[in-house]
Amino acid sequence: MAQIKIENVCKDFGTFNAVKSSSFTVEDGEFFMLLGPSGCGKTTTLRMMAGLELPTSGKIYIDGEEVSQKPASQRDIAFVFQMFALYPHMSVGKNISYPLQCQGLPKADVKKKVAEIAEILGITEILKRPVGGLSGGDRQRVALGRAIVRDPKAFLMDEPLGALDAEFREHMSQELRALHDRMGATTVYVTHDQLEAMQMGDKIVVMNHGVVEQFGVPQEIYDWPATKFVASFLGSPSMNFLDFEGMASAGVDKVFLGDVGFEIPKLIEGITGKLCLGVRPEHITLKNDGVYRGRVVASEYLGTTQVVTLDTSNGRVKARIASGVKVNVGDQTGLEFDPRTITIFDNGTGRALASNSNKGVLKHG
Amino acid sequence: MAEVVLNNVSKSFGCDIGLANVSMIVPDGSFVVLLGPTGAGKTTTLRIVSGLDKPDSGSVFIGGRDMSDCTPAQRDVAMVFQQYSLYPHLTVRQNLEFPLKSPILKTPQSEIDRKVGEVAEILQISHKLNNKATALSGGEMQRVSIGRSLVRQPSVYLMDEPLSSLDAKLRSDLRIELKSIQANSGATLLYVTHDQIEAMTMATHVGVLDNGKLVQFGSPREIYENPVSIYAASRLGQPRINVLPADIFGGAPDNAKTIGLRPEQITQGDGEDSFVQRVEHLGDQTRLHLLFKNQELITVTNAQSDLKNGDIVKIRPNNPFYFDASGARVA
Repeated sequence: MAQIKIENVCKDFGTFNAVKSSSFTVEDGEFFMLLGPSGCGKTTTLRMMAGLELPTSGKIYIDGEEVSQKPASQRDIAFVFQMFALYPHMSVGKNISYPLQCQGLPKADVKKKVAEIAEILGITEILKRPVGGLSGGDRQRVALGRAIVRDPKAFLMDEPLGALDAEFREHMSQELRALHDRMGATTVYVTHDQLEAMQMGDKIVVMNHGVVEQFGVPQEIYDWPATKFVASFLGSPSMNFLDFEGMASAGVDKVFLGDVGFEIPKLIEGITGKLCLGVRPEHITLKNDGVYRGRVVASEYLGTTQVVTLDTSNGRVKARIASGVKVNVGDQTGLEFDPRTITIFDNGTGRALASNSNKGVLKHG
Repeated sequence: MAEVVLNNVSKSFGCDIGLANVSMIVPDGSFVVLLGPTGAGKTTTLRIVSGLDKPDSGSVFIGGRDMSDCTPAQRDVAMVFQQYSLYPHLTVRQNLEFPLKSPILKTPQSEIDRKVGEVAEILQISHKLNNKATALSGGEMQRVSIGRSLVRQPSVYLMDEPLSSLDAKLRSDLRIELKSIQANSGATLLYVTHDQIEAMTMATHVGVLDNGKLVQFGSPREIYENPVSIYAASRLGQPRINVLPADIFGGAPDNAKTIGLRPEQITQGDGEDSFVQRVEHLGDQTRLHLLFKNQELITVTNAQSDLKNGDIVKIRPNNPFYFDASGARVA
């Protein structure tokens, strides 16, 4: 098991900068998520950890040992791909035992190890079956088994559940997380699915255009995004942005959108100009007599809650409220924001202004 | 716009049952979503309504007319497939204009321009109108393919998972747009998805399909709050409904085999002890994985909860569902 440290790592493909000076640390035993849209550099980062790509500059440490320019074969990590690569002509058992046979382990030991792994994954019954006729889930379990059997220092997984349908995916993600909790192996997991990242990860790195936007504990990143990109990428529906021009100076705990004032966590840095107030849908309440007004455009029933879309003088806003509340399209209503949850962004750079509430979590790469 | 009626429609593919005796009324101006896992018969239903497949028995009526002998073209339906199908040698604008340029319709050019502009705006592709169809991303191609059905005013729109290839943000924008286009134009829309959020948010009616059978048909709220079976109850709601042995809390009706509990049907802080096994902070809510008398269940609590593994939470059921041995609802 191992700690993995990434220090100022860059990767260029020709003139294209896939990863721009990224730094973060995956602690021993963590389930660590690399999250971002396609093309953000998350898979390239993972492949550099594995040694499948070598960084253009920067350093990678596994358990304190520098491995930046070492090939994959010398790093003792296991890689699980999105498309489970199995040997089609071998049985389930053979597929799992193959890495051990290659290492020259005695037959009896191999057998014992494979039985152990099959037990963990719940595939003992199908060890003798050919992999050809297996369901997607069983194939993925076999691919995992082959990765686990070697006892590598770390597991690197590239969207391992991406090809499965939604229902089964939820089941497998729980199984994978439970497996991690039993084995405690350092795992780095690439996904573009924010819910999967929130659900499974101990820590998340959010990447965009090759840059680490933020890195930390899921709930903290969700509550206190460092950039507008992070704020909009995490959460569904995503954070509302209300653009306004004005002044937000250090020490203030109120901003004005037009002539309506909103209380906010006390700022410790300030700017003047194009600003943006960020508030999550679940932190908005609808109050008939509220000062800040909006017109209901749509209401979407979601069982326990409903999402109400409103037009305001600062653009479209979504609020998540209890589904029992009656809302009609066309209604005029007041909106109130929970003042403890608000983030103010600099619209020029997209960065969050530091406040008393978020100062501890604004870690950029 | 028109009403669509399916009358005892059956269809099999060799030994596999596609649809078994499905009867359904899609009311004029409604947005009907067919929900079910892979293989439930959703797409088969769409293809039979469109005329791409013929039923083995039963009939389809559109606007009161029996469609049995009509070709897809004669049925005046617009279909959007899961996989975009565009004319690769034409621009986005030409692709969108194509259905309106049909010699039968004789639409004036000014009307075509207006309609294409409007649809392009709704689907956020106005800036790509002069691009070749092949010079687009997958999501953009899918939007053009949706747009091509929207420029027309057919009797009924048939859509097969049209949003599944789009990213989350765009999906949530287009959900609202599709819903408002349908509501404002009074169009009849039959829509297939396995995404329960789409079903919940857009549908006036949801049809739940299970192995080729229509097992429940009603508003999303009816199906969520009053499901006929475990199967129907499991289609909607995240996290999914918990199904536990009926007598686990006591007080179950005699014929009940299992008790069904959605998160809001579990009262926390009162009742018997359960143990927290895992806490998932999802941002807007926190999911609790609980162990109660050796049964696992999942519920939700507020986002700022500081519960952790090993903590004890008291729970009791609150207006639960009960199901019999076959999975049918008994209370």
